[in-house]
Amino acid sequence: MPINESDVTWVSEPKMNFWESTFLPAIFQGLKVTASHIDGHTVTQQYPEEPVKLPMHYRGVHRLNRDDQGRVKCVACMMCATACPANCISIIATEAPKNDPVWEGRDKYPASFELDELRCIYCGMCEEACPCDAIELTHIYDLTGKTREEMIFNKDKLLSVFDQTKDSGVDPVRTHRGKLSGTADFQSLPPLAPATSVNPDDRSAKASSPGVISR
Amino acid sequence: MELLKNPLIMAGVTIAVVLGGILGACSYLIWLERKLSAWMQDRLGPNRVGPMGLLQPIADGGKFLLKEDVIPDHVNKFLYLMAPCLSLITTMLAFAVVPFGPVSHAPGDFPFVIAPGIDLGIVFVFAVGSLAVYAIILGGWASNNKYSALGSLRASAQVVSYEIPLGMSVVGIALLNHTMSVEKILMYQAEQGFAGWNVWYQPVAALIFFTAALAESNRLPFDLTECEQELVGGFHTEYSAMKFAMFFLGEYTHVITISFLTSVLFFGGWHFPVIAEVGSPWFLKVGVLLLKVLLIIVLIQMLRWTIPRFRFDQLMGLAWKVLIPMATLNVVIVMCVLEFELPRFWLLPLSAGLFATVGLISTQGSLPQRSLTAAPTAAHGHGH
Ligand code: SF4
Ligand code: SF4
Repeated sequence: MPINESDVTWVSEPKMNFWESTFLPAIFQGLKVTASHIDGHTVTQQYPEEPVKLPMHYRGVHRLNRDDQGRVKCVACMMCATACPANCISIIATEAPKNDPVWEGRDKYPASFELDELRCIYCGMCEEACPCDAIELTHIYDLTGKTREEMIFNKDKLLSVFDQTKDSGVDPVRTHRGKLSGTADFQSLPPLAPATSVNPDDRSAKASSPGVISR
Repeated sequence: MELLKNPLIMAGVTIAVVLGGILGACSYLIWLERKLSAWMQDRLGPNRVGPMGLLQPIADGGKFLLKEDVIPDHVNKFLYLMAPCLSLITTMLAFAVVPFGPVSHAPGDFPFVIAPGIDLGIVFVFAVGSLAVYAIILGGWASNNKYSALGSLRASAQVVSYEIPLGMSVVGIALLNHTMSVEKILMYQAEQGFAGWNVWYQPVAALIFFTAALAESNRLPFDLTECEQELVGGFHTEYSAMKFAMFFLGEYTHVITISFLTSVLFFGGWHFPVIAEVGSPWFLKVGVLLLKVLLIIVLIQMLRWTIPRFRFDQLMGLAWKVLIPMATLNVVIVMCVLEFELPRFWLLPLSAGLFATVGLISTQGSLPQRSLTAAPTAAHGHGH
């Protein structure tokens, strides 16, 4: 469809004044800008020697959180597997045995929970989808393995990531530690940044539900 | 010592000093350029090899030497191999008449210039220096690659255009100092003291010379011959290892040469009031000259990381529509001043006037017309 003529704004190049057309002031101005950067300040992070500084909302390897009794918090609701655009979560749900004190107060839990870290695109959708904040993305970025199989994280491995990161400072458990699921009494957003946090000055942070841009 | 009185042996010693000096300076200037560009961009630059990355040039040189020397199948081998050699030889040769200290003609003294007493020094530098474009053309042509060929075409057009203002800009100097010899021009300025520096009488010529020389050496903002966005690597796309290094060395030697020439022709060479007068010891003079040269090289490097590359039509426009008329008028002004025997200081206001006139004229001139400049009115519509 051709653009309507009334939508077109024709602009012409502005005329250059005397000093602009001699180019010299502009060149000196440019030199001033570039020279002012020679002040020893760098933004380089010397990665292997210094630990990297990652933003709070960095999305790295996943973990499966534990509840206060050390059980897997996940209730095998399949929300994350459904939300995952890369289709890398496979869960086999099983019913929690009644009368078993270990699973007291729980209906379901995942018998197996596998997450293919190689297929994952680290979008954080699973974390957003989970109704009880059982799956979270951590700041672990240096994920390596010798085989592809090694990179398919099972439930135990994901739980061990939780044990490894929960006290590290950068990956605090974002909902109440003691509750089975934070969904029911979720009053306000946790003070700590969620995995997909937003800059507090950002327009999206001032929206009625932070993290969502509203017009 | 007796042996050193033999002019041939002395010339050999000088050549060895210059060659060693230039090659060492080149590698460390590349280090400096990488550091400068890094600092300007808030990075660190080379810092892994040695303290502050100071051994980086040596590592680079080693890499260039040890790399596989690829000669593509489809090239004209003779010309292909000749191009980088030519590039290095011509730029080195141009340095032969450039004084790098207090020139001395006495036998047994270190002459501080490879070929002392050449009266056509300036002409020699330009003649030999512009031969370097043959290296680029040969390299581009022999590579049998369209990008290389385009790069070398651009190079030839550019160098031929900038040769003219470059030559014209020093005509004024030659007229004023009554000589074409680089050493004599230097001495003339030094004897007159600070007020004798040619830049006071020929500021516009200095500007033109610097710009045109920058364009001659194919450095940013004039490196249209090797602009990566359009031409991959330009004329040296097909060159690797030591052959590429030779092109690179050639380019850097050219930069060093033009920096020397700028400081010698316009900024008094080794002269600096109080510190290095005519009677000062040689090391002060060499130090002052090298410092001036270093400052100019740093300026060139800063310019490289400050100004974006020209468009090709702008590049040609700058040469033919601005620099050449300006240089011609400058020569005419010098001739008038000499003919009517006006005092020399008249050249400063006259040069300023020339600069202002050119600036004013270019505010009047219209920008290159594009096909779409006329804004269609609503009445036009789609009448067909
Ligand atoms: S981060 Fe995205 S891709 Fe990775 S498991 Fe979660 S939803 Fe799937
Ligand atoms: S969305 Fe949460 S609770 Fe549901 S299956 Fe995934 S991890 Fe478990």
